[in-house]
Formats: sequence, C-alpha cells, structure tokens
Amino acid sequence: MTTEVKAVTPTYSEAFQSGVREEMNRNKKIFIIGTDLVERGGHFAQVKGIAQEFGLKQVRDAPISEAAMIAAGMGAAMYGCHPIVDLNFIDFSLGAMDEIINQAAKIRFMFDRPVPLVIRATSGVALGGAHHCNSLESFFAHTAGLSLAVPSTPMDVKGLIKTALRNEDPVIFLMHKKLSGIRGEIGDENYFVPFGKAKTIKAGKDAAIITYGYSAVTATKAAQALEAEGISVEVIDLRTLYPIDQDAIDAAVIKFGRVVVLDEAPLFGSITAEIAATASERNFKSLKGPIVRVGAVRAPLSANPAMSEAAIPSVDQISKAVKQVMSY
Amino acid sequence: MSKLDKSTALALLRQMMVIRDFEETADKLCLRGKVPGGMHNSSGQEAVAVGTLSAIAKDDVIATTHRSHHHTLAKGYSAKSVMAELFTKSTGISHGRGGSMHLAEVTEGHFGGNGIVGAGVGIAMGAALGIQHIGDKKIAVGFVGDGGMNTGRTWESINMASIWKLPLIILVDNNQYAVETFVGRVTGGGDLAKRASGFGLPAYNIDGQDVLEVRKYVSEARERALAGEGPTFINALTYRYYGHNVGEKGQYRTQEEIAQWRTTQDPIDKFTEVVISSGFATQAEVEELRASVRKEIEEAVAFAESSPEPEIASITQGVDSGKLGVQL
Repeated sequence: MTTEVKAVTPTYSEAFQSGVREEMNRNKKIFIIGTDLVERGGHFAQVKGIAQEFGLKQVRDAPISEAAMIAAGMGAAMYGCHPIVDLNFIDFSLGAMDEIINQAAKIRFMFDRPVPLVIRATSGVALGGAHHCNSLESFFAHTAGLSLAVPSTPMDVKGLIKTALRNEDPVIFLMHKKLSGIRGEIGDENYFVPFGKAKTIKAGKDAAIITYGYSAVTATKAAQALEAEGISVEVIDLRTLYPIDQDAIDAAVIKFGRVVVLDEAPLFGSITAEIAATASERNFKSLKGPIVRVGAVRAPLSANPAMSEAAIPSVDQISKAVKQVMSY
Repeated sequence: MSKLDKSTALALLRQMMVIRDFEETADKLCLRGKVPGGMHNSSGQEAVAVGTLSAIAKDDVIATTHRSHHHTLAKGYSAKSVMAELFTKSTGISHGRGGSMHLAEVTEGHFGGNGIVGAGVGIAMGAALGIQHIGDKKIAVGFVGDGGMNTGRTWESINMASIWKLPLIILVDNNQYAVETFVGRVTGGGDLAKRASGFGLPAYNIDGQDVLEVRKYVSEARERALAGEGPTFINALTYRYYGHNVGEKGQYRTQEEIAQWRTTQDPIDKFTEVVISSGFATQAEVEELRASVRKEIEEAVAFAESSPEPEIASITQGVDSGKLGVQL
C-alpha cells in the first residue's frame, strides 16, 4: 500500500506569520505591540513563535490599553519605526478611535510626515456576541488617510501584509476570524499583492458578485449552487477596500450589467452602499437593473448562534439576490 | 545643570518676551479675524515652555496640546513661521494645513500640537518607544494641560511609559483651568504628582512661574531618561492671563485672581529681577531687549500678512503616499 505524502499548506494565520517574519528579517524597525502575543501568539496564533524567534524587543506584550497601544505605534511610526499594533479584535479599536482617526490618519496631510503603522485585527461575524463580531470597515474606509486590507486567502494575507510593511501609510489589516484555520498556498518572499487590485476568484458569464473577506466564501458557495440551475456567476474578491479597485468594479458592471454586492456589515451606510452608488453614477446605462446589495440586518450581533446566523447573509439569500438581478 | 551664565539668562528672558509679545499681538489680530478658527493664548505660561525647551536638546521630541504657540516658539521656531501658520498661510510651519492648534515639524522632533486633550502624551510616548527601539540618545516630552490630567488616554500612556522605562517626560502645563473648569473642582485626590507616582515613576509638583526651577527639573528628568531609568512626571503650576480662547469673557474666575497672578507671579517679571540682580543686564538693557523683540514680532506679522495662501488645488495631495497600489 502506498500513501501519497502531501505537504500541508499553511493556514491563514500562518500566512500572516510568514509575511511578518520575512519582513522583520529584513527591517529591524518593524516590531509588534499587542496583548497576549508572546506566549499565546495572539488570540488566533497569528504571531505564534515570533517573539521566541525575534526576542521581546520585537514583540511586546502590552497592557490592555488600546489607546496607548495605538499611540505607541503611531508615535514610533512618526519617529521612523514600522510598528504593527495587534488589537486581536477590531471591536477593541473603538477604545482608540481618536488615535486612529483623528491622529494617525491625519498626520501626513497636516504635517507632511508618513505614519508607517499597521493595525491588525480580526473582523467579521463568528460566535462571540455583540462585542467581538463587529464589521467596522466602513468607519475606516470613510476616513481619509487610512487604507484597508480585507484578505480572504492565505496567499492574499501574506502578499498584502508584505506590501503594507514595505509602504509608509497607516493600514488597517482586517483578517476574518472564521478564516483563521483555512489552508492554502502562499507566495515566496518576493510575492506581493498590491492594494487596490481585486481578484476574480470564480469566472462567470451571466452576473457578478462583488465581495470581500469571509463573504467571498459564501459567495462562491452560492455561485456553485447556481451553476446547477444554469446561472453562471462571477465572484470578485476586492481584497482591499481602500484603495478600492474601481476599474474592476466598472468592468464587471459594464460586462454583466447584473451585479450583486455582498458583505457582512449592516447595509445602512456600508461599503456595499458606496460600491452600488458609485457604480450607478459611473455606468448607469450599462446596468440592466438596480444593483442588489446583500448585508447584515441593522442590529447588534446576538450571542445566540441561530440569531447570529440570521443577521448575516446566507447562501440562499445570496442566490436569491443573483436571481433578482437575472430577472431584469 | 551648570550655573546660570549671562548669555543663557538673556536668551531665556528674550525667549519668554518673544512668546508674550507674540501671543498678545496674535490675540489682537485674532479679534480682527486674521486667525481662522481662533487661537489659545498662552500668556502667563512662558516659563513652563522656556524652562522645558531650554533644558532639552534641539532634536529631542515634543508633542503638545491645543495651547502650544509657546512650546513651538521655545523649541526654536521663528515667530514668522508660527504667525504665518496662525494665519493659515503656505509659509507657515505646517504650510497652512494645521493652523494654531497643529504646529509641527516632525523631521526636527516637533510632533505637533493637538486638538484633542491628552493626545500629545500618547504621541510623545510612542516617539519615546521609537527612540528606545532604535537606540538613539534622545528623549521625548509630552505636554499636557490640567484638563488632560482627567483623560483616560493620558494615564494609559503614562503607565506604558513606566512599565517599558521609556525616555519620556510628562510635562503638565497646569494653568489650572480646563476651559472654565477649575482643576481643583474635578481632580479626585487633588495632588497630581501623587496620582502619577502611583504609576511607579518619579513625580513632582513644581513652580511653573520660575523658569529656572522648570529648567532644573526637566534637565534632571532628561538625564534620568537618557540613563535608561524611565519617565518622569512634572506638574508645573502656572496661570493663563487670557481666556481659554480669544475673545472669551468668562465669569468663572475673578479679575482680582488674574491681577494677583499678574502682579506677583509673572514669570517674565520674576526672571527680569534675577537677570538684573545677577548683574547680567541693566533695566535699560532689558528695555532694549524688549524693543528688539517688538521688532521681531512686527516683522512676523508683516511676513504672515504678505505670505501667499496655500494652493487650494493641493487639497487632496499628501493624504497618503499613493504607493500601496503599486506592484512591488
């Protein structure tokens, strides 16, 4: 009997470790601040082993002081370092919103000084209730001076964090907690994913779903289910929300005229609203009917699993939305 | 700190005179509508700024508050570049993008005034972390007012500086009124140095009207920081002669109280006596000094008046690097 030995590909969290390690090896001014990073390796094992490899100067366990963590990273970035502040959950950024939005985002404009700072956290809905499941991306994307990565694969995690660590802008790096354990190929040390470049993760002929983060997974499931019904759907993963790949959005609108925009954030005032509004301003005549948005209900996330699931888009809801744009 | 010599004494006196004349001149110009958005006059607080900035090195870092003209002038920036910034002209220290509250020259260690109470301590703490990480022989000073002594972020940052032994001085420019609220009315425990010492760092309440006392404490704190012994907290008691903002007619303190401070505790009068009694200058020479300051401020006003406005077309420039989207 022979068994085929297949190399295990890295997880989404390990992809982050890999990118950070490579960049830390070439730039000693990169260091990480956060809670429970040294022994625990972060709540999602995202920096596991890095403190042991690089030492306690390069990975600093901080008190649970979000405002001071971001201020520490920002001041050090202004001084010439390239810190990563790891908040574990983006929900915790709300205790440091002044430091992020009023300070870090505005320094370059007012003082002509770059702030090379990465703020990493998990985002999106999993179990954990109202204080661990927020999708706050529209807050950050709305703020001039901030860039925003929302990778959905190990390949993109590594490629995007490496790009962030070679640039001089403040980046909010959001990793979806439900993707932490997924595995996939990652690039080598010279593989970078630029911000503002979407990726088609499934080709299609009839309609497009534009999405990002974990919703790329649910969109793909919906697209596969729809294939059986004879509807061929393209799935576009934005990968970053600012800069956003407007060219890819325009191209999808022009090519299909039938577009669904999907994420897990409450619909009102969301990224999906931004995408739909801009698309209709730019290419209204290409649309065969209204863009349909799919997102969460306007409610805090419940701790109850069924209630939490009910708040966010299901595969079935996404399929219905596609059928709606196909009905035009 | 070495014994006071003539040239140092005259430099300290002149710098305080520059600040006073600058502020009283700018105040009047502000009432005439020349300072968009208004300004915060620091008259009365000169010794805190001059005592501190004269005791640190030129390339040490400061980050400060909404009331920061005096810190900026004392760091060595010309009255011209500060006045032009108050006028929001392109020749201003922040090229007209910052205004009165956002004076900065980050490349030279001025990490900015701030519109948010307490934020400067965090930024200075981060700079101190950068200094420590890179291993430079420098320190950072975070200025904060009495108002910022009751802001959570300030104490988060003081704690972080204490546990990481960062080369930081927390300098409370304590003018006793948070807008119109007397510090004693809103400060639990009352004694700020005592409060700070609970965080495990040396903490002092000092006379902020005595430039030499401020200079001495800051100089000692700097030595301690450079020796790797960590941060120091200095609460310098001072008084502002004017309202929180220009044109304010408050009922929260008596005219007698203001007159009492002006006539018995004025930092410039007090130090002028030292200068004359030490034989460093005659009264006539002090008047000559004052006249030279007057000329300097008049020139600053003329410069600000005649300077060009910033290019409006540059409004979206410098928000970010624009390079995150470039393939590496």
